[in-house]
Amino acid sequence: MSAVMVSRKVTRKWEKLPGKNTFCCDGRVMMARQKGVFYLTLFLIIGTCALFFAFECPYLAVHLSPAVPMFAAVLFLFVVAMLLRTSFSDPGVLPRALPEEATFIEMEIEAANGSVPAGQRPPPRIRNVQINSQIVKLKYCYTCKIFRPPRASHCSICDNCVERFDHHCPWVGNCVGKRNYRYFYLFTLSLSLLTIYIFAFDIVHVVMRSVDSGFVSTLKESPGTYPFDVVICFFTLWSVVGLTGFHTYLISLNQTTNEDIKGSWSGKNRLQNPYSHKNIMRNCCEVLCGPAYPRVSTVKGRSPIAKENGPTPKSKSINPTETISNSKEQDPTPKEKASALKERVSCSKEKRQSSKEQGPPPKEKASAPPLASPDDLTDTFLEKERVH
Amino acid sequence: MATEFHNLQELHHSASLATKVFIQRDYSEGTICKFQTKFPAELDSRIERALFEITVKTLNDYYAEAEKIGGQSYLEGCLACATAYVIFLCMETRYEKVLKKISKYIQDQNEKIYAPRGLLITDPIERGMRVIEISVFEDRGSSASSSGSSSTSSSSSGR
Repeated sequence: MSAVMVSRKVTRKWEKLPGKNTFCCDGRVMMARQKGVFYLTLFLIIGTCALFFAFECPYLAVHLSPAVPMFAAVLFLFVVAMLLRTSFSDPGVLPRALPEEATFIEMEIEAANGSVPAGQRPPPRIRNVQINSQIVKLKYCYTCKIFRPPRASHCSICDNCVERFDHHCPWVGNCVGKRNYRYFYLFTLSLSLLTIYIFAFDIVHVVMRSVDSGFVSTLKESPGTYPFDVVICFFTLWSVVGLTGFHTYLISLNQTTNEDIKGSWSGKNRLQNPYSHKNIMRNCCEVLCGPAYPRVSTVKGRSPIAKENGPTPKSKSINPTETISNSKEQDPTPKEKASALKERVSCSKEKRQSSKEQGPPPKEKASAPPLASPDDLTDTFLEKERVH
Repeated sequence: MATEFHNLQELHHSASLATKVFIQRDYSEGTICKFQTKFPAELDSRIERALFEITVKTLNDYYAEAEKIGGQSYLEGCLACATAYVIFLCMETRYEKVLKKISKYIQDQNEKIYAPRGLLITDPIERGMRVIEISVFEDRGSSASSSGSSSTSSSSSGR
């Protein structure tokens, strides 16, 4: 009986992704495991704004202008949109190397190192590349089994290598990397503006009301707002505005927080930042107005371990080992051979169609998920044995 | 050449995976997506150097077009920012459009050039844009001699 005919539950690529992430909405939402501080952030923003809209906006709309609450509403929606975008996006996670790639890299390393005498530690796994006349060292990641691209780093909290790794932010519950850095920056910038706006109009409101009815009676009329709103805004102001200023500085120099903390381009040993265009405007434009990078970590489709009933729109594997071996082991009939090769030749066409059928986001394509550990490899072999 | 296949269909009929070759990224110009055009020794007897270089250079050009920072990317970025990036839920980004072109190009190259020579290129997006994976297939008749050296083909024949 052909293994291809056995129907099983379709396993999505993101379900098999190693690393400590949680997923939602069929893999579209990707976050770190610890989300407590993210909920606190949401609560603080929504809570403060709710109090502002409930207690102060009616007075300000009447006595000052209706544009005041309207602008606050627009700003509030923008802040929440940026926060959710930062928290839910894939920050630029690099998928782990598949076994063949990992073996290939190991062989290259052994060839480069030569034979190491017994008892001696092998040399560190580093590859030197020259970027804009600057030597940059690429480190080997033992978890992901790859040489990390320049500016990538391994996040120990999420257990993933992330491209252009900035930092892991518990306030947004996710890493900040290549794909979501601009959303993070816009979040901090808009949150600074929102905090300044609410703080300013809190004071305007108190002053206007005090002129009418006295300071003490003003505080009595809206008891909930003032301790909560003002205190939150005051502390948020210093931290968020400071953070925005810091990231504006980093963007103008085209540096990441990670590089700044490590002092990679501090000028020691004549190390200059090879990624900077030496022009503030160009650096800002590259970071904030650069292309929207695609997601490479997970792709919708069939995992090489789960086997389904023939080709379905959602499940197109492009793993040649899988397809070729299937048609080999079961000694297929001509009909099965014909269907296998039809699947193969047209798979990418169907892939394009299926990504349209599934609607947003069209960023995801079929791929084989990386095997995280020897246990996974054993699972694969056991599955194969069972089928045979 | 040791093995010849007339098309992708014949490749699947009678081929077994012998080895995989990985074309690494070229970081000499920074973090932009670019692959090395150095010709790997394993493909020496399988494909002409010029054809391989044309494929890799064309792919590099496509990626450069996708990542180009200019008028169009600024416009896209500003428009998206003004709509709080909601527009990305409805609209395909320029990068995604180029990725589709790349996917079509790779399939075209596989069908016309690589499959008849017993090779198959995997789209780099499926490998995290880290490598271009080229699978080298052997004719099943001669696979017995090469299966010992490759763990993948031995595991697949053991299934």
